Amino acid sequence: MEQWFYNDNLGRGPDNEEILLAGVSIRGVSKSFGSANILNGISLDICDGEFLTLLGPSGCGKSTLLRIIAGLERQDCGTIEVAGNKVDHLRPKRRDVAMVFQSYALYPHLTVSENMALPLRMGRLSAWRRLPVIGALLPGARSVSAEIKTEVARTAKALGIDHLLARKPGQLSGGQRQRVAVGRAMVRHPAVFLMDEPLSNLDAKLRVQMRGEIKELHRRLGVTFIYVTHDQTEAMTMSDRIAVMLDGQLAQAASPQQIYASPADRRVAELIGAPKINLLEAAPRGEGLLAVAGSTLALDSKLDDGNSVTLGIRPESLQFAERAGLNTLTGRLRYVEHLGTDLFAHVDVPGSSEPLVARLPVEFASNLQSDQTVHLRVRREQALLFSADGRRLSESDGQFTQLRSCAG
Amino acid sequence: MTSEQPAIVDRQLRIETGHAETLAGYALIAPALVLIVVLFILPAGAVLAIAATDWHLGAKTLSFIGAANFASLLADPAFRAALFNTAAYVLMVVPSTLVLGLFLALLIESGKTLRAFYRAIHFLPFMTSLAAMAIVWEALLHPTIGLVNQLFAAVGLPTANWLRGESTVLPILAVIGTWQSLGLALVLFLAGLKAIPQDLYDAADIDGADGVLDRLRVVTLPSLAPVSLFVLIVVTLRAFATFDTVQILTRGGPDNASVMLLYALYRESFEYLRTGYGAAIAVIFLIIVITLAALQTRVVNSRPSHP
Repeated sequence: MEQWFYNDNLGRGPDNEEILLAGVSIRGVSKSFGSANILNGISLDICDGEFLTLLGPSGCGKSTLLRIIAGLERQDCGTIEVAGNKVDHLRPKRRDVAMVFQSYALYPHLTVSENMALPLRMGRLSAWRRLPVIGALLPGARSVSAEIKTEVARTAKALGIDHLLARKPGQLSGGQRQRVAVGRAMVRHPAVFLMDEPLSNLDAKLRVQMRGEIKELHRRLGVTFIYVTHDQTEAMTMSDRIAVMLDGQLAQAASPQQIYASPADRRVAELIGAPKINLLEAAPRGEGLLAVAGSTLALDSKLDDGNSVTLGIRPESLQFAERAGLNTLTGRLRYVEHLGTDLFAHVDVPGSSEPLVARLPVEFASNLQSDQTVHLRVRREQALLFSADGRRLSESDGQFTQLRSCAG
Repeated sequence: MTSEQPAIVDRQLRIETGHAETLAGYALIAPALVLIVVLFILPAGAVLAIAATDWHLGAKTLSFIGAANFASLLADPAFRAALFNTAAYVLMVVPSTLVLGLFLALLIESGKTLRAFYRAIHFLPFMTSLAAMAIVWEALLHPTIGLVNQLFAAVGLPTANWLRGESTVLPILAVIGTWQSLGLALVLFLAGLKAIPQDLYDAADIDGADGVLDRLRVVTLPSLAPVSLFVLIVVTLRAFATFDTVQILTRGGPDNASVMLLYALYRESFEYLRTGYGAAIAVIFLIIVITLAALQTRVVNSRPSHP
């Protein structure tokens, strides 16, 4: 609770109490630049203390939404609430949010400690007291400055950058700059952390490490994080909940497991998962049967004949089979990729230009030779069906509960 | 720099590959070397040598007089006036060019429309010949029919013979100098402003530095520091080398009130034909310019890299 104490010093009003209650509410937010619609009526509630990731391809509007929450951009319509209060009329500094930028946006001429102290100095010292030399002589300035220094030092220590305080950003590595940027956001003890692709400028190894550190930071601070990324691995590993954005719309907001196992939409299914989900055109044949890629699958639910559907099968939902049969797809093996723990078999099946990718245990490596015919059994309960317009045809949710318990 | 690199590479190779490469290396730097020697080192050496003589332009004899020229320079009130006027002129032109240039650049950058137009009209004075513009200024500043005095008289301000008054002539030259350098400073500042990442302003907004002055202090001015230093040195060098306005508008007068280093040099060498004496002024001018240039190199090299 200690962190909330500092908000009093920032001179916020009596509604401090409410900061503890809710996270961020986005209600019907739209935004267009000229004739380009960037956001189309986004509504999303983010719980207090939640780690929410806005995931989507570049240009989907996720960064714009984050900037609207921060107050750096003004929405055309809709409202943003932070901790239950509308903040649309407030400037960024009054919204109780802090932001970490993709470029880190550290002030290059200031040292690490000056960078981190800046938000506190702006909040707690009057313009006169911030003046060099004269400011320090004014009553109160010195004690506040000392207090700020202590807090910066404490935050720096928590992030393991206390030995860098005297350096300038130009003298730091990418990972260190990243930590300083996080530190500058942290010192203010904001109610909401906004992060705009903070890891995309780091090399792969550091990215994995920082992923863990940010997750740990979230656990320790317990405040709301809104994290923008186009990297599905970051989204899957760090988030409590992922909000998938496509073409300025919220396609789905759910936990990583749900997004993966039960995507609401064909595009969401394609976005999540590597290698990508296999998509095959399929035709219902009555009696719960489905003709796909020259084989027949049996379904639990009934589909109307004549409506073509798309069958989505994750690579791990395919099993090696000795012979053809019901629920088994047959094709010609193009090549095999070894990953150590698993292997990816790329199989050409009739009626699809893209090879089907199956994730198989390495034991099958010796059985598999290029150009041979292979049979793959579909784990029916994990298969996903999409209508022609991309919507997911929902099966009973029970199956997915069962699926998740199977997958551990 | 480029002329040195082949030589360095060559030195490393010499042990293994013998003389052919050595010769090739020297052949490659030769053109640059010749140019430097002919265009810079020889004339500078000649000026130094002449400065130590009492040579008059066209005279058949000369004698070596050591540092006597420099000694008499220091005692010469005209030269002291030139030195003082030049310093005063630089101190007037440089700060006003920098402050006005930055102010105009910020104004133009903050506006949405007609940016190219404003940039062009402010850059025009820099592009045109100052000699031609000096004549326009002369007409504007004419004591009786000049527009300036007529305007001043119309609104009841005191008029003056601007270019003939001892106290007004140098400030007026400084105004013209500022007017001319402003475009250069403006364009360089505009380029510097464009290079500031928007993220920094966003970060400043979030950190609470969202007032005009705070944004200037936290983001704009520090980010412009390298550009400002560059502008400072370029404008200073130009101000030191002011000659055309003095020659055309005042000829150093009245009573040496507007004489400046380069004009003094010209007058001694080509009007009074005291070439040795003029060369001594050239040496002093050279020392000042080289010091400034060295300063500039250090500043540019020590510019912090922007992440």
